[in-house]
Amino acid sequence: MTRRLLLLLLPIGFVGIALFLYQGLGRDPSQRDSALMARDFPAFEASTLRDANRQVDQSLLTGEVTLVNVWGEWCPACKQEMPQLLELADNGIRMVGINYRDTREKGLEFLSEFGDPFEVNVFDPEGSLGFDLGVYGAPETFLVDADGVIRYHHKGYVSPEDVRERILPEVEKWR
Amino acid sequence: MALMRGIFAVMLLALAGSVVAAGIEVREFDDPVMEQRYRDLTASMRCPLCENQAIDDSDAPISGDMRERVYQLLQDGQSDIEIINHMVQRFGEYILYNPRLENRTYLLWGLPIGLVVLGMLVVVLMVRARRNASAKALSAEERARLDALINRERSS
Amino acid sequence: MLIKIIPEIGHFALVIALLMAVVQAVMPLAGAATRRPLWMAYGRPMAIGQFLFVTIAYLCLTASYMLDDFSVANVANNSNSLLPWYYKFSAVWGNHEGSVLLWSLMLAGWGFAASVFSGDLPRDMVARVQGIMGMVCVGFLLFILMTSNPFERLLPNMPQDGADLNPLLQDFGLVVHPPMLYMGYVGFSVVFAFAIAALLGGRLDAAWTRWARPWTNVAWAFLTVGIALGSWWAYYELGWGGWWFWDPVENASLLPWLTGTALVHSLAVTEKRGSFKSWTVLLAISTFSLSLMGTFLVRSGVLTSVHAFANDPTRGFFILMLLAITVTLSLLVFALRAPRVSHKVGFNWLSRDSLLLINNIILVIMTVTVLLGTVYPLILDSLGLGKISVGPPYFNALFVPLTVVMCVFMGLGPVARWKSMSGRELWRKLGLAAAAAIVLGVAMPLVYGGEWNLWVSLGIVSALWIVLPMVRDLFDKTRHASSFVAGLRKLSLSYWGMVLGHVGIAVTIVGVAVVSNYNIERNVRMSPGTTVEVAGYQFTMTELTNRRGPNFLADTSIIQVQRGDEGRSFVMRPEKRLYLATGMPMTQVALRPGLFRDLYVAMGEDLGDGSYAMRVQYKPFVRWLWLGGLLMAFGGILAVADKRYRRAAARQPASSRIDQSPSQEATV
Repeated sequence: MTRRLLLLLLPIGFVGIALFLYQGLGRDPSQRDSALMARDFPAFEASTLRDANRQVDQSLLTGEVTLVNVWGEWCPACKQEMPQLLELADNGIRMVGINYRDTREKGLEFLSEFGDPFEVNVFDPEGSLGFDLGVYGAPETFLVDADGVIRYHHKGYVSPEDVRERILPEVEKWR
Repeated sequence: MALMRGIFAVMLLALAGSVVAAGIEVREFDDPVMEQRYRDLTASMRCPLCENQAIDDSDAPISGDMRERVYQLLQDGQSDIEIINHMVQRFGEYILYNPRLENRTYLLWGLPIGLVVLGMLVVVLMVRARRNASAKALSAEERARLDALINRERSS
Repeated sequence: MLIKIIPEIGHFALVIALLMAVVQAVMPLAGAATRRPLWMAYGRPMAIGQFLFVTIAYLCLTASYMLDDFSVANVANNSNSLLPWYYKFSAVWGNHEGSVLLWSLMLAGWGFAASVFSGDLPRDMVARVQGIMGMVCVGFLLFILMTSNPFERLLPNMPQDGADLNPLLQDFGLVVHPPMLYMGYVGFSVVFAFAIAALLGGRLDAAWTRWARPWTNVAWAFLTVGIALGSWWAYYELGWGGWWFWDPVENASLLPWLTGTALVHSLAVTEKRGSFKSWTVLLAISTFSLSLMGTFLVRSGVLTSVHAFANDPTRGFFILMLLAITVTLSLLVFALRAPRVSHKVGFNWLSRDSLLLINNIILVIMTVTVLLGTVYPLILDSLGLGKISVGPPYFNALFVPLTVVMCVFMGLGPVARWKSMSGRELWRKLGLAAAAAIVLGVAMPLVYGGEWNLWVSLGIVSALWIVLPMVRDLFDKTRHASSFVAGLRKLSLSYWGMVLGHVGIAVTIVGVAVVSNYNIERNVRMSPGTTVEVAGYQFTMTELTNRRGPNFLADTSIIQVQRGDEGRSFVMRPEKRLYLATGMPMTQVALRPGLFRDLYVAMGEDLGDGSYAMRVQYKPFVRWLWLGGLLMAFGGILAVADKRYRRAAARQPASSRIDQSPSQEATV
């Protein structure tokens, strides 16, 4: 009889594995938290997109809660999410852009065509700041608190729904 | 198998660059040991953008950046562990194809080893049980006869 | 006019096939349970009819592809009017819906074969097998009709032209690889059905194993070829010369192969010695379950695999349900009906029985390891413990030592006797082989490569240790024959099958060991006139040109290759292609295959100034990987051709009478 009971463990064990698989179904395996969560925004030194002579560094991101958006002219989703970013800026949220793996010319063209919600754009043609941020595609959006610590990370396109349900609450939370 | 390896399913993470092609760069190494380290490191890091490729196999721009960084850090004289930490700090544990041994991965490394031990135990117990079974069941003479029969059948 | 309704005919045929499958799932089983021959007799015509109608559906889809009917969504998404006809033919299974249809076609085909070639089996046994097969078919046909209908239309706004087949799939390897793989996966459903039928009928005897063995071998052989083809395709098509990536999708095919291999061996013990019965049945259930699990992993999008197949949660959910029902029900049946007491068949430490026991245990450990590594990231993620990756370093670290241990026992197995043998006899048979394997294995890399390498030596020692004892055994076995050749002729086909299977493994091991360690790779900048030397071959780029293919544009480099100063020279043409319909760039590698080495040139980025980055590789013994796979598969098929199975059919009525007697141990 004990043998029968032991054998019954097999189907039970399988059901356990199946539950994990079931849970996995609802997930998007490509969504991952940034490795920089709850850490200081990486140190950097770069010029701005509009002015090659103006140097900025990480102190740019302290003092106020800031949304940092990594974008490039070559990235279609960046164009699509521009209206949402403009709306966020209209709500009084401080926005800083990182122009990622782009040329000055194309970056400026992009801003004049799709609008400019950013207080300032950090020019990152080699993607070295992006690399330190763990950026591997664009767009990506980081929320940095007043102490310059990364508090939230959104990968990919920001939809109007994302703005309402995720980004605005996070901004409120860290203000 | 590997049907559409290399196709980026992350549709919204658009990136410039071609899709399927190995990341081929021309790099100079003075030292064959360092070249081997470079190969091993880039083969054991996962491209964060692609579906499932090591950075040395991937043509994604980020993989190129990561290879370049590995190369620079090697030239700077950093150790493998330092280089790995440098990458993990930026891209997370996800990029390590060889997961570190820590609380959450004990089972991953431990279960196979535990199974090997259990397997040996099972073999020992089973053979001992069967050996006794055969010893009890047959006399030496019977066994010899049976062996002969079995061996004859075996070669058929 | 008729052309326009082809997809509807196909769809309708699928519905009819489903209805027949339902009848096949219900009637024969009910008949077997209530002993009504009339009900049982439903099985065979239903299996035949179902095969017929699924074939009609499949032909209809193929016709839609051939006729460029872009009103069919499946065709519009995966074909193009410019696509050569043979790729239109294979594009049918180059996508989720079509491949599930192919899968179902094969399932119906195996069910048909199991019905037709089962004339001599006891009627209730056949009925139960048909019933179980019917159930599996119902599951898959429902899956197609509810979630993955290949006949869906894009009407009234049909596109002018199709989106084209993914360029990666426009290739001979991909024409043959999926059908082989599916034949393997699906073939195990027959063994599964046999196992469940045996449990239900309480007829788990030597006769049962004789029926189950040929089906297992054939399915296993197909799966082996499928995996080998997949590896070969990845090698030449993906552009960087790798042949196994431990990708979830590959692991999904390896898992049933490992348990299938264990099953092939455990069936041998069960047939010859009457032991390991429950274990054999459990392996049969596991193998088919792992086939289903592989399908789930590949098509549900739960794992970050490379697959862009189907990332549709409803499909994933459906397969998961199918898997859950299949596994839970069959394990329940197993738990309730597995033979309670098998009389203990005795064997000693040194015996073929104990060696096969060890073989099975190692294969199971390998299976669990691969499964664990594959789903571990998913489990951690489900528990909210973060995202990790488990890749080649993990699998190699565990799989390689397990394989080496396995080889040690593989060398002993074929020459050991059943039940018991003395250590002295074993030593007499193996001492020389062991010494020769070690000496040759250690020396070979020195002779061959110049640079000694532990892993290469270990690989060659293992391979020789597998092969040499069998050679010695061949001489032993033919000693009493009039001549060596005459003696060889007398050996049974199943013996030869075993030999070939083991030689195949040895050949693959040599390939893996050598190419992994002696592979030479150089990334170089080349422009017309540049020469690089790799492994004694001079590669000179003579020209950069471009050409237009049927559905792509290509930059081609012409590379003149010469070995040494006087060797024959030949030309290699690596390309970078741009596929017009998809706009996808692709690297087309140039390969110069050989039994002992491959030369492999891939074209990389345009570096500006008229030069390209090129990857030139020298890959010794890489062909042995797949050659070994083919040998294994051939061995599996050879064993099926053994006279024993043909004779078994003739003997059948007698043995089925016997096992009704109470003395038979298998009765539950």
